[in-house]
Amino acid sequence: MTAALKTGASVPRRNAARLVAGKGRYTDDIQVAGLLHVAFVRSSYPHARLKRIDTRAAEDMPGVVAVLTGDDLAKVCAPWQTQLALLPSHLSPPQMPMAQGEVCWQGEAVVAVVAASRALAEDATETIEIEWEELPVVADMAAAAGADAAVVHSAMASNLGLDHTISTGDADDAFRQASVTVEHTFSFDRQTGVTLEPRSILAEFDPRLRQLTIHHSHQVPHQMRDIFAAQLKLPLSSVRVVAPDVGGAFGLKLAAYPDEMAVAAIAVLLERPVKFCADRLEAFVSDNHAREAKVHGRMAMDANGKLTAMDVSVVSGFGAYSAYPRGSVGEALQAVHMVAAPYKMAHLRGRVRGYFQNKPPSGVLRAVGQPIATTVTEQLLDLAARRLGLDPAELRRRNYVDTATATARSAGGIVLAELSLERCHDRLLQLMDYATLRQRQQMHRDKGIYRGIGLAAFIEQTAVGPTLYGAQNVRASAQETCRLTLEADGAIRCATSITDQGQGTSTALAQIVADALGVDIETVEIATGDTQLTPFGGGAWASRGTALGGEAALRAARKLKESVLGIAGALLQTEPGLLKIEDGRIYNTASPLPQMSLADIATTAYFKAHLVALAELPSLEITESFAPRDLPYVAANGIQAAHVEVDVELGTIRVLDFWVVDDCGRVINPLLVDEQIRGGVVQGIGAALYEQCIYGVDGQLENGSLVDYLVPMASEMPDIHVAHVQTPTSATTLGARGVGEAGTVGAAAAIWTAVNDALAPFGVVLSEQPFTPERVLDALAARKD
Amino acid sequence: MKAPAFAYRRPEELAEALSLLTTEGAQVLAGGQSLIASLNMRLSAPALLVDINRIGALRGIEDREDGIRIGALVRHVDVLHSPVIARQVPLLAMALPHVAHMAVRNRGTTCGSLALADPSAEMPALAVALNAEIVLEKHGDRRQVAARDFFQGLYQTDREDDEMITEVIFPRAADDEMFGFAELARRHGDFATVGISVRARHTGDALENLDVVVFGSEAMPLLSPAGPSLRIAADATEPMLADMAETIVADMEPMENHQGRADTKRKQAAVLLRRTFKDMQSRAFAGRGNGHG
Amino acid sequence: MGMADLHSIAFMLNGKSVTADVDARLHLADFLRHTLHLTGTHVGCEHGVCGACNVLVDGRSTRSCLMLAVQVDGAQVETIEGLTASGQIADLQEAFTARNALQCGYCTPGVLATAAELLNGEKPTREEIRDALSGNYCRCTGYHAIVDAIETVAGKRQGGAP
Repeated sequence: MTAALKTGASVPRRNAARLVAGKGRYTDDIQVAGLLHVAFVRSSYPHARLKRIDTRAAEDMPGVVAVLTGDDLAKVCAPWQTQLALLPSHLSPPQMPMAQGEVCWQGEAVVAVVAASRALAEDATETIEIEWEELPVVADMAAAAGADAAVVHSAMASNLGLDHTISTGDADDAFRQASVTVEHTFSFDRQTGVTLEPRSILAEFDPRLRQLTIHHSHQVPHQMRDIFAAQLKLPLSSVRVVAPDVGGAFGLKLAAYPDEMAVAAIAVLLERPVKFCADRLEAFVSDNHAREAKVHGRMAMDANGKLTAMDVSVVSGFGAYSAYPRGSVGEALQAVHMVAAPYKMAHLRGRVRGYFQNKPPSGVLRAVGQPIATTVTEQLLDLAARRLGLDPAELRRRNYVDTATATARSAGGIVLAELSLERCHDRLLQLMDYATLRQRQQMHRDKGIYRGIGLAAFIEQTAVGPTLYGAQNVRASAQETCRLTLEADGAIRCATSITDQGQGTSTALAQIVADALGVDIETVEIATGDTQLTPFGGGAWASRGTALGGEAALRAARKLKESVLGIAGALLQTEPGLLKIEDGRIYNTASPLPQMSLADIATTAYFKAHLVALAELPSLEITESFAPRDLPYVAANGIQAAHVEVDVELGTIRVLDFWVVDDCGRVINPLLVDEQIRGGVVQGIGAALYEQCIYGVDGQLENGSLVDYLVPMASEMPDIHVAHVQTPTSATTLGARGVGEAGTVGAAAAIWTAVNDALAPFGVVLSEQPFTPERVLDALAARKD
Repeated sequence: MKAPAFAYRRPEELAEALSLLTTEGAQVLAGGQSLIASLNMRLSAPALLVDINRIGALRGIEDREDGIRIGALVRHVDVLHSPVIARQVPLLAMALPHVAHMAVRNRGTTCGSLALADPSAEMPALAVALNAEIVLEKHGDRRQVAARDFFQGLYQTDREDDEMITEVIFPRAADDEMFGFAELARRHGDFATVGISVRARHTGDALENLDVVVFGSEAMPLLSPAGPSLRIAADATEPMLADMAETIVADMEPMENHQGRADTKRKQAAVLLRRTFKDMQSRAFAGRGNGHG
Repeated sequence: MGMADLHSIAFMLNGKSVTADVDARLHLADFLRHTLHLTGTHVGCEHGVCGACNVLVDGRSTRSCLMLAVQVDGAQVETIEGLTASGQIADLQEAFTARNALQCGYCTPGVLATAAELLNGEKPTREEIRDALSGNYCRCTGYHAIVDAIETVAGKRQGGAP
């Protein structure tokens, strides 16, 4: 009998059964005796000098244990500074857990009150007196770029934190030769991740052993262990970081945040367990932000609708400090390098500049820069299609790059291999019945109903390898490791360096291991998120979990199988090659009867090894690591489509329907993959229609609550139809590409092209995201006047 | 963020509540759906919360001689499902699905919404549109104020610190009255960017004597002074309805904020009004061509 | 800053009577989580928007961050722990797991409280489910699977009725 393979099956997540019962264990759920709580006084000024801090009244408040400033924490915590080896100009001043001398954004932590409860700590914060000297504020990017602009931090020479150009071919010549050129200006408002569980950290320090244990709502515990050890001057072996259940991360929980570093430093300083959970209001001004960018793009086409060149200029907003340790340049670089990635195009000129500002630092948010590049490309393609009188789908079909060769590169240098752009395209048009939708669109227009159909083909960088951060000298591991142990009862323990915030990667690993070993998936136990229990590796970032962590697991499982069969062969006096494992039992290929179980193998090896007639006893604990070293990443691809209706009188937009065809290579678990895509799509729709951090020129966030910062809700979201094309990558044995960011890479672009398609009869093209009703009405009014 | 410290009392009798409200810094806690949120953000710091949830006299929707009485403990969900409201104050029933979300409607109260006077909230607008009477009580005094006099500005009302709204009385809808309601919110259940409500009298060949209220955009509900002179004839064309809408929005003084500029809100209000007029016209004169039927 | 204003309360929590002394300013979510250690109720905003803290009070979904602990005196409160133990939402929980209608799980107990109340009424349409869910933010799933799971259970419960 052969058990059905789990790989490729829609296996529900074991963790889900725990979470639906309210049995999740998030950082704030953990009980520790003698726990103290931290509340921060944060700067209400975007830029000011700290003249005097008076904490005396606070120290006498009920329940208060300590009131600490940046100077206090400097005794135990060293400053840090983001440095990128290949981009030396991307440098912000050294940072401390709390501001010393100067605050650079509204929300920067200045004083920490440690008390018996959060409420008491907050009571005490209200009594702290701080004398500020306001300094000039540089909030918007244009102001930061000004020739005589004030600097964001007095230690900086200039606000310019990145000035990077790329040039492929001869763009100027291509534009001269073009039959059609189009151009457009794009603005992307600042966003923030809004994880439903805000950032949380619980730090315990044992002064006798000098051991620091941190429970941390975070994606990359091994990275954080490295950082806590370095900043607090502790040996790596004295620091343990545990990421328990994490209530949403989306890249936001990849960085080392100063206030979290403060909590670890306070635990060391006070030798008491302390906890900090950001509340929603402080999350808005202390979580890393993202996306703020302005882009001018041009596109050149020949008379046959062949894309020949693009010229793209990107300005990106970094906030006050470069995010640690990964920097704040990813968004800007991806925004320019990823343009036209799915298309054959010989000429590209790109320039990207990034500026520091008196705003929270910008960092990673799901899909980093790729949504910007995709939006710019897809919108310009639609404008070109209009000029050429071609159907937008047809124009794309003519331009997809040939990715049959493993060495294909886009004009922006994006590595493309073994993709399926045309197949995804064809599948999508069929799925959505594109032709019928187009016909109906005309009928509706005749009745004054303005519906739009938008397409967005995309490339997604997944399974990112060591060259991204390694080359920058940033200590963010791209290697994933799996340690498989055959337990004495025949179960499999799988300790992985990847972490799972609900994506389902641990289930995918269990599926892979179960199939590779030939065991029941229920016998595979996954350990993740604890630096003490899991081998070293990257964690969760850049859509790598299943693609790379799964590959490491597959390799470990195959080796463990070899060990098991080697021992079985010796015990059964049979060639291992004639043996197989199915359902946790060893079979001789010649017989339908099981010969022995995995438990028998383990029991013999662990307790009666003298019975195994082998010179060397194969290990039943196998550790395998994997990082793609030949490729910078494994590209995935797909295409999305949105169907929208614009109320041209009110300026409102309804998303009627949404489709995605994605190729993430071999699909390990369609149930989980589909929800990853849908969740990503909704974040993209949120970006296009709702989400914006609204800053005044004075650097104050004006909508920093969940009432005013709008995230997508169920009523406004459409059903999202997902289909797959599967082109396994040859870069790994497993063949899986990543998928975590796919939805977000393309969804905003599909909304852009759909809305602007709906507005086409008015000759109007929106240029500022999100598309608020007022922006829609303004664009229409500008046209009519 | 956690609420600052305050004292809490839960009287069982109205008189005791009113007496407690004479305490400096005392505030009524009814549904708490705005109050507790503001406490949790430390935006308010009352000395004493007087929880009125145990006072039986404040419960209930009653069909009385003087109108439909909604007590201070009547929650949005009760109004939403009340057959009396559906029959006698249909405009309230039309508007309630726009009020927040299920869990908030389960606790939030009509009178609490009136007392807060949030410019984006529906209840104040409806009370003004329907010319409701608001009953205010304090220790040793009781008075009744027309909703049209009660609202005085952004979060400002005629209520004194030691007074509470004990009930609101909505006039019973007359047989010849028709209603319209529409609002624009970014997402379903959000506070309105701009909203409108309309009451009109069906005179057989027209809808006349309009009470039109614009809210959300204004610091307080705006009862259109032009309304009483407007008339939606059975055969009024869309441009005529649009002209009526323009007349009404000319009196708007929209607040400028993230929801939009004043001109945008005027434009949107005019669209909502025109469409609502059109909808009311269709409902009023359905099944007949022009004129009577 | 005033001193704590303690009040004795007695109420039914998940079918069992509970007594406690609570400070007036303590909201129900913190009381459940940090005093009673029922951590299945989550806190996502503390200003009544996200719905992660929804519990049932006297059978109705309620933001536990917008209710004071002292106010549940005499009430019946059901949290995800009680709803699970009683088996009354077992079908919903099973459907959520089977359909992968959750990722990080942080919003899920609040979503289930809303769904539990919704399904007490008539069988909702897909649109009505989306409307009812609008007071519950989910940042991971995109909502589609949640709507599917609730729709499935609504259909099954309806089918099971005589």
